[in-house]
Amino acid sequence: MNAYWMEAKCEFLKTARMRSYSVSTILFPLMFYCFFGLAMGRQQMPGMAMPMAHYLLATYGAFGVMGAALYAFGVGIAVERGLGWLEVKRASPMPPAAYFLAKAAVSLAFGAIVIALLFTLGALFGGVRMPAAQWLLMGGTLVAGGLPFCALGLAIGSFAGPNSAPATVNMIYLPMAFCAGLWLPFEFLPKAIQQAAPFLPAYHFSQIALSILHAPVHGAVVGHVGALAAFTAVFAGIAWIGQTREREKMYG
Amino acid sequence: MPVAELSGVTKRYGEVAALGGISLALERGELVALLGPNGAGKTTAVRILLGLARPTTGHAAVFGQDPASRKARLRRGALLQVAKVPETLRVREHIELFSSYYEKPLPLAETIAAAGLGGIENRLFGDLSGGQKQRVLFALAICGNPGLLLLDEPTVGLDVESRRALWARIRGFVARGGSVLLTTHHLEEADALAHRVVVLNHGRIVAEGTPQEIKARTASSGLEDAFLAIVGQSEEMAQEVMQ
Repeated sequence: MNAYWMEAKCEFLKTARMRSYSVSTILFPLMFYCFFGLAMGRQQMPGMAMPMAHYLLATYGAFGVMGAALYAFGVGIAVERGLGWLEVKRASPMPPAAYFLAKAAVSLAFGAIVIALLFTLGALFGGVRMPAAQWLLMGGTLVAGGLPFCALGLAIGSFAGPNSAPATVNMIYLPMAFCAGLWLPFEFLPKAIQQAAPFLPAYHFSQIALSILHAPVHGAVVGHVGALAAFTAVFAGIAWIGQTREREKMYG
Repeated sequence: MPVAELSGVTKRYGEVAALGGISLALERGELVALLGPNGAGKTTAVRILLGLARPTTGHAAVFGQDPASRKARLRRGALLQVAKVPETLRVREHIELFSSYYEKPLPLAETIAAAGLGGIENRLFGDLSGGQKQRVLFALAICGNPGLLLLDEPTVGLDVESRRALWARIRGFVARGGSVLLTTHHLEEADALAHRVVVLNHGRIVAEGTPQEIKARTASSGLEDAFLAIVGQSEEMAQEVMQ
């Protein structure tokens, strides 16, 4: 048990001290929320009785949580796998699951930090007001929504090389965030993108978060949860193929 | 029962034969150096004993167990060639983490002393010199109080002083009853440390004995000459077999 706890603790310290990770994961969503959510915050969403600052709290929350998971898993695993560190750990008596569980715990912890700061911004400067239970449900849902993106990151990290991983993550993360309506409200996007969005896990994630705000959403929440579960299974399967391929190539 | 054993082990990667059938037994308290040029199969032999690679044919065991088993892992420490170690953990944190993997690790202070890391245990790994970094990796190998150490080119890239400092740490481990298999292409290193030298070339054992015996076999004054002579002979033999 001690090994699992130590692995998570060291993973957190290691990641928090990496400025390239901690600054970009925390700062970017906050910055974007300031530009779009706060600067235009008092405007009402077209056709909804809801200010922008309120609506975008859900989407930038989803954006922040996704980034924390995708960088920790996608880049973290690609680097440690590609440059030999994962092998040192595999030669040791480390419980194999400890490595992945620690990364998941740290991804969710950073997701929670982003959400807490974002909510603070929204409440202080965006005039967002909700009952306490709704804040908590919203925060908990957003943080838990990081899990499918841990799986996606694991899939990326199991295939990408150590140098190409950051670019690969960005190529998937940023366009997906845009097309799922995380930067600009979904209703502002071109019709073609709106029709393609159900193929993106980020779309289902943001729809779930928006439903907690009682914003109008497309389709039933149950369907979105099911879609995320299916995406998670697919990503885990891809990651499993990558890990198996790696083992066969190197360990024979 | 030998501490580590390879019997009739071959390893093929596709068309490439990394090991062409080697047998090797490491006894308690013994330090064996696997010596050979790059590509001789040294790292492959170590990876098989670490459970990171499976022999194509033949049998490998660590303390009588499958090298990939948890029992084998708990009694073994390893120092591998690694391109990048996480730099934002402190020396102490790296050691505490690896210690937590073992059932009966050494006390932290003892590991720090045995690896010569006193005074720098609170530094970040990324701020250390090359010699200090290698001593941290050595600390991770010994922190679980293992009976067997597998060291893959432990002093590669180190200056003379750092190399000698690490040698002293390795000797200390053997003096306490530990067994060591180390790979090297520094002949001086094999001469200075090993009870027994096993010379590998093209995945086969081409000579085996104490450093003195190896030198005597070829009437060479130094191990380096002996090594070159042995490797040269084996190349000629290989060519004859090919023809």
